[in-house]
Amino acid sequence: MEATAEITTASGFIERKEAIACFHCGTACVPGRHLKAGREFCCAGCQTVFELLSDAGLDRYYEIGDGVRARIDAGTGTENFRFLDNPEVRARFVDFDDGQTTRVTFRLPNIHCLACVWLLENLFRLMPGVGKSTVHFPRKQAVITFDPNTVRLSDVAALLDSLGYPPELKLSDLEKPPVSPITRRMWLQTGVAGFAFGNTMLFSISIYLGLDSFSGPAFLQLFGILSLILSIPVMTISAREYWVASWRALKHRQIPIEVPIAFGIVAIWGQSAWEVLSGRGEGYFDSLAGLLFFLNIGRIFQQKTFDRLAFDRDYRSFFPLSVMRRQGDREERVALAQVAVGDRLTIRHGELVPADARLVSGAGVIDYSFVTGEAEPVARELGEILHAGGRQLGGAIEIETVKAVNQGYLTDLWNQDAFRKIKDDTFGTLTNVYSRRFTWIILGVAVVSALGWMPFDPSRGLKAFVSVLIVACPCALALAAPFTLGSAQRVLARRRIFLRNPEVIETLAKIDAVVFDKTGTLTSTGTGDVHWMGLLGTELDDEEAAAVRAVAVQSSHPLARRVADALGMRSLARVEVTGFREVTGCGVEGVCSGVRVRMGSAAWLRQEGVDVPEVTIRGSRVAVARGALFRGDFAVGAEVRPEADRMLREMGGRYELALLSGDNERERERFTELFGSGARLHFNQSPLHKLGFIRDLQASGRRVLMAGDGLNDAGALRQADVGVAVAEDVASFSPASDVILQAGEVPRLGAVLDFSGRVVRVVRISFLVSTAYNLVGLAIAASGRLSPIVCAVLMPLSSVSVVLVACGLTEWVARRAGVTGEKTNPTAVESVPTEDKSR
Amino acid sequence: MSVILILIPLSLVVAALFLGAFIWAVRGGQYEDTCTPSMRVLADDGTVDVKAAKAVDFENNNGRSR
Repeated sequence: MEATAEITTASGFIERKEAIACFHCGTACVPGRHLKAGREFCCAGCQTVFELLSDAGLDRYYEIGDGVRARIDAGTGTENFRFLDNPEVRARFVDFDDGQTTRVTFRLPNIHCLACVWLLENLFRLMPGVGKSTVHFPRKQAVITFDPNTVRLSDVAALLDSLGYPPELKLSDLEKPPVSPITRRMWLQTGVAGFAFGNTMLFSISIYLGLDSFSGPAFLQLFGILSLILSIPVMTISAREYWVASWRALKHRQIPIEVPIAFGIVAIWGQSAWEVLSGRGEGYFDSLAGLLFFLNIGRIFQQKTFDRLAFDRDYRSFFPLSVMRRQGDREERVALAQVAVGDRLTIRHGELVPADARLVSGAGVIDYSFVTGEAEPVARELGEILHAGGRQLGGAIEIETVKAVNQGYLTDLWNQDAFRKIKDDTFGTLTNVYSRRFTWIILGVAVVSALGWMPFDPSRGLKAFVSVLIVACPCALALAAPFTLGSAQRVLARRRIFLRNPEVIETLAKIDAVVFDKTGTLTSTGTGDVHWMGLLGTELDDEEAAAVRAVAVQSSHPLARRVADALGMRSLARVEVTGFREVTGCGVEGVCSGVRVRMGSAAWLRQEGVDVPEVTIRGSRVAVARGALFRGDFAVGAEVRPEADRMLREMGGRYELALLSGDNERERERFTELFGSGARLHFNQSPLHKLGFIRDLQASGRRVLMAGDGLNDAGALRQADVGVAVAEDVASFSPASDVILQAGEVPRLGAVLDFSGRVVRVVRISFLVSTAYNLVGLAIAASGRLSPIVCAVLMPLSSVSVVLVACGLTEWVARRAGVTGEKTNPTAVESVPTEDKSR
Repeated sequence: MSVILILIPLSLVVAALFLGAFIWAVRGGQYEDTCTPSMRVLADDGTVDVKAAKAVDFENNNGRSR
């Protein structure tokens, strides 16, 4: 790995230098800046953790484990977690509290190795007042007890954060009911069935061996009755899920897969009870108990497989959890759950309106594309009602809530129907149709085979009836598509490529035209230098720079962000911006200390009446006007992303490629070279042009993928069959897109398309396999040769094997397509942004 | 053969005891996480001061109050 570090030079801009790896996190660092005990650190945060650990005698942390540690961003502090101390929020997080002892469960996504477990379970050495802590590794959870009189909940959260394990404080965490003992119940049900199975078997074996031939029928009768008694807990406890499911089916008039199994269980039990009570035989209680034993083991097995696969599939954590609440003239950060009706909230540019609210101050320009799919923002006057899910696009506004926050509503916005496009859910539909008809078909087959055998061999008829019902469970089929697509989604999420839902993969597989935006998508603005080229060579003085920064910081455009970041290196005073306005695709403006500052494309400024000279600039140009006068330009060096050329070359043969850029033609030659001569390159495109271009492509029968900036290209992204929003950090969430892609992963887009095609093929294969499986099983079962117990073993095995094969193939396919997530740093994945980074 | 009349209840009682033990283990949460203990034992080589851990483990009595 090439070790470089970003070093701020006197001029305020960034350059790259050779560096060595940080002892704590491995990030490249500046030699000598943070030095402790002969070890180099990249930042104060990492150094602090090292000191903390070595003072507490916990240096062993560095010896065990896999050496991957999170970089510690110093200065997060307790403030960000302060909202946890509010009694209402606290009560929702805390599992147990008696005034002396408090227990809390945090989900810590960064837990990944032995050292994590060890360190977190030694937490009590780092903070007095913290007691026992227990890590649940598979769930990445830590259960921590502490003395509420010594430490606060926020202190514990801050300690975890400072160690590099920021707790994941998601909306869903706040809403989730306490962990249900569902797995405990499964174990109990299995245990009871196993107990009955073993003991009934003791009686049955003696009968099979011919016990009654020398001891008379009395024992036969006794054993039968004992087996009947043992079967009662099996029927009431172990088979409970099947009764519950059947009862629900009766109420909702749907037939889930549990119903045929419930039929089978009742049939065996009824037959056996009748045999025993009428003195005709000993029944099939051993089979019944064994059946439920294996069915339950199968359920546990399935549940475990499912848990493991669903483990890090959670991608819906894009919403800021806390908002700024204003009380008097003080602002405090509070959890969304805690916002009450009548609270005053400050919503800044790009933030969501969390609940229906009245606009109190500021210029409301609300983008309701989250809710309605309509990308055009609407202006709102003071006193008007803003609806939840809208996104503020001007400067900061202040609102007063009129309704309570409904978090589920916010969380589900991305999956809103308004954003769903053509439904490409053929697999889902197929599975649904299949399972709806399935139950009836199976019942039919079971009854027919039972009736067929009855005249010749009644016991074989019963066996066939039950076996068919149990072996034919379509779980394998029903699981194939969701699991394959789901694990594909998970593979991509590890790569920081987030899909709206697994079905997007089906659409991705059908794409045949790919359209790229330029700035921020194909070119990276994050790495190039920012140079100020003032009019007549003048520098920006501090006051001017502060004003420019204040305006730039309000926008989420990649160039504006870049300028704001570069100016942020200088220590500048914070100034108030009024009248902020962003003209999509053109630029931004705002008034600072009475002077209007405008920055954006030269063409736009000219349109606005500013006299902007023609200059030649390497990279993208951001022209700045102060008042009505041109002040100078920022030249933002934009480099084509590494590997992008290779991707474009590879994609060129298979897809129709196009480039749409709002920039001028200056770089046409360079991109012609990249795209090849056949591709269509369009410059000076407005958002409307882009939308029209995609519509035309679709009209000519193309399935179009558009990759672009989530906010500025929202319309085009929505129109495209698959819209890929390219985000510098995952926090900039765009509702109009189907895929959110971390900017650095853009060159992987070709591989993603390739991968999707292969995944769809995997689903087809699993469909075939599981159908064949079911047909063969059915045929043997209907012949009455398969005992119900064998069926009960086969059934979960078939589902699990199909699921494992599907997921294994997906991983393999991912490796072939080059989208494996092995290189990703676990710290960056899934961390929940609680604060807008541009502030 | 009448010895069976004693043996059968006896075997059922023994089996029920095991069932009881199983239920106790499940209720106690032993089946909840079967992965972490296997890792814990690898890291625990005596550098952790067990006495110190016990001393601060003031919630021991409330261990299963969920």
